[in-house]
Amino acid sequence: MPTLPPGVNARKFGVAVAAFRAAIGADWVYIDPEDLDPYRDSYSTVWGRPEERQAGAVVAPATVEQVQAVVRIANRHRVPLHPISTGKNFGYGGPSPNVSGSVIVDLKRMNRVLEVDQERNFALVEPGVSYFDLYRYIQERGLQVWIDCPDPGWGSPIGNSLERGVGYTLPFYRDHYGASCGMEVVLANGELMRTGMGALPGARTWQDYRYGFGPDPAGLFAQGNFGIVTKLGIRLMPRPEYYRTGLITVPRRRDLIPLVKTVNYLSDSGLIGEPVYASPLTALLGDAGFRETITRPGGPSDAEMDRIAGEHRLPSWQVELQFYGPERTCLASWEYARDRILDEIPGARAVDGESLKVPLTPRQLDNVDAPYKSSIRRHGAQGVPSLGIWKIVRGSGHVGFFPVIPRTGAAVFEAQRVLGDALREFDLRPFFTAITTPLHWHPFTFQLVYAPSVSRDDREHNARVHRSMLRIIEVAAAHGWGDYRAATIYQDAVADSYAFNDHVLRRFNEALKDAVDPHGILAPGRGGIWPRRYRAARGGQPS
Amino acid sequence: MRSRTGSTCVVLLAAIGVAGAAAVRAADAPDANAAAHGAAVFARTCEPCHGRGPGLDGSPMLPGAAALAAKYQGKVSPYLEERSDLNAALLRYYVRHGTGAMPMFRRTEISDAEIEAVAAYLAASAHGRSAASR
Repeated sequence: MPTLPPGVNARKFGVAVAAFRAAIGADWVYIDPEDLDPYRDSYSTVWGRPEERQAGAVVAPATVEQVQAVVRIANRHRVPLHPISTGKNFGYGGPSPNVSGSVIVDLKRMNRVLEVDQERNFALVEPGVSYFDLYRYIQERGLQVWIDCPDPGWGSPIGNSLERGVGYTLPFYRDHYGASCGMEVVLANGELMRTGMGALPGARTWQDYRYGFGPDPAGLFAQGNFGIVTKLGIRLMPRPEYYRTGLITVPRRRDLIPLVKTVNYLSDSGLIGEPVYASPLTALLGDAGFRETITRPGGPSDAEMDRIAGEHRLPSWQVELQFYGPERTCLASWEYARDRILDEIPGARAVDGESLKVPLTPRQLDNVDAPYKSSIRRHGAQGVPSLGIWKIVRGSGHVGFFPVIPRTGAAVFEAQRVLGDALREFDLRPFFTAITTPLHWHPFTFQLVYAPSVSRDDREHNARVHRSMLRIIEVAAAHGWGDYRAATIYQDAVADSYAFNDHVLRRFNEALKDAVDPHGILAPGRGGIWPRRYRAARGGQPS
Repeated sequence: MRSRTGSTCVVLLAAIGVAGAAAVRAADAPDANAAAHGAAVFARTCEPCHGRGPGLDGSPMLPGAAALAAKYQGKVSPYLEERSDLNAALLRYYVRHGTGAMPMFRRTEISDAEIEAVAAYLAASAHGRSAASR
């Protein structure tokens, strides 16, 4: 007996499943538990508990027309759908739905790279295309363009863009939703819509000019539930000629403030790729006394941290800079960055990294020859998808919280202290300490990472992680730091924190939802947006 | 809410129970066509984590191989392509259920037939390695 969606009895569900089979073929409609299991969230903090969200069935259409047919059937029978692209949104719910019993619309079979243009530098893809697939397509044809990849290459450029994922190359491309251009969407009534220039029949610039004319609703489909995206344009980076790196270190704790200010200038001026911050004081983590100092409630004083750094002859902070472009331009940009920082921050030091002709050799891609210990993820920095990053995934995976904080050293210090103190009661591995460094993935903000491991077997551990997630969402929001992306189980809590003027943003979104999806069939609850039909269940599961 | 714990245990035991005999049969007579297809599927779906190359940024192994190295502590090869004990039933169990940090894989990502082809490829690659070492 499958898990039924709320408000849909077994007879109605059976009729809908039969209609799905007739529309797309019985081989591509799954209701057996063995077939549905892989649609659970492998990294769930509520694995095996009543709160876990599980699919009632799966449909796997192969064409846009089949997606339209599925949506129309769902409308007729009031069956909630939950679309996924490649279903690899691990740490954020994986392929699992917001509402148990939903029918997953698995778009993996829609896996065509429709176009790659290396003169105007864009791609047009379907949702089942992975970063690996797109990279292979580009390499096999010798095209001179790069994609900006998130950590794992098995994900979908469409799914990752719609989740507002981030990457590792130049600022514009690192914001994957920001670098999208032109969507095709199946609406809740089954109609097909194109955004931007795509609304103009015969348009020749769909992937070049995202706006078209009038309001641009494309943003509604990112972390939303207003349609099923079946095509997306992605801006691609022209392959650079050279890649150069360099390391800057600064001696004192407060030096992070001027360092960030200047690196922001370099980044916003288009001179550098992702700046990778770290603290050389991590070398002292084997010392229990040092660990106690950096996790002390309220945080250690600047003087204490400077004394420790001085005693061990270690800099307090470092940033690795990356440059892309012609060889001479890369060199000039590095020399400018180096000289400016050394002028501005007493005691700062600079170390030349590598200057490499692109494409890199396999050994260069492995990043084993840097003249210093590098924290750069070299594959990502070169637009090469991989799964090597899975080396950091522990236990049975993890769940992610990445608060968006201002791009200043002062904000980093405050977030280290506030979030570190907030999580102390949960007795989990500390993520926020006095040497925690920011991620400069999004072009204009910092993020910090909270990614506690989960376990399939240890319910008590998972329960602590679950409580800690709810707590950190609340504490961060109280300090003006919102999460950028959330697992299904936490989307209501995160959405609830975006509460300006009595949640007017959510009320606006839900008014739209009721207008364009009156039966509430498209991903109810996704992004914290609930259709009228299930709205009373906000924060839990409809019954 | 369904409980699947019971059926999962049954599947695991069944998979382990048939592993040895099937592996011997596959190693003795690997199907060349299936193995060739399986090699392509392995390269696309498995190798990014379970390949024999180095990991990223100085890591000695890719994550899947590193996880198996930690699990078996040298008693069993960490590389799937050197394993002769991975028949289709056992592979299917791990692919569909995941283990540790390895998530579950859906039929739309890798079909049962493709898993069987990968099993044929692994049998052939382990057989070839064994023959080469004789």
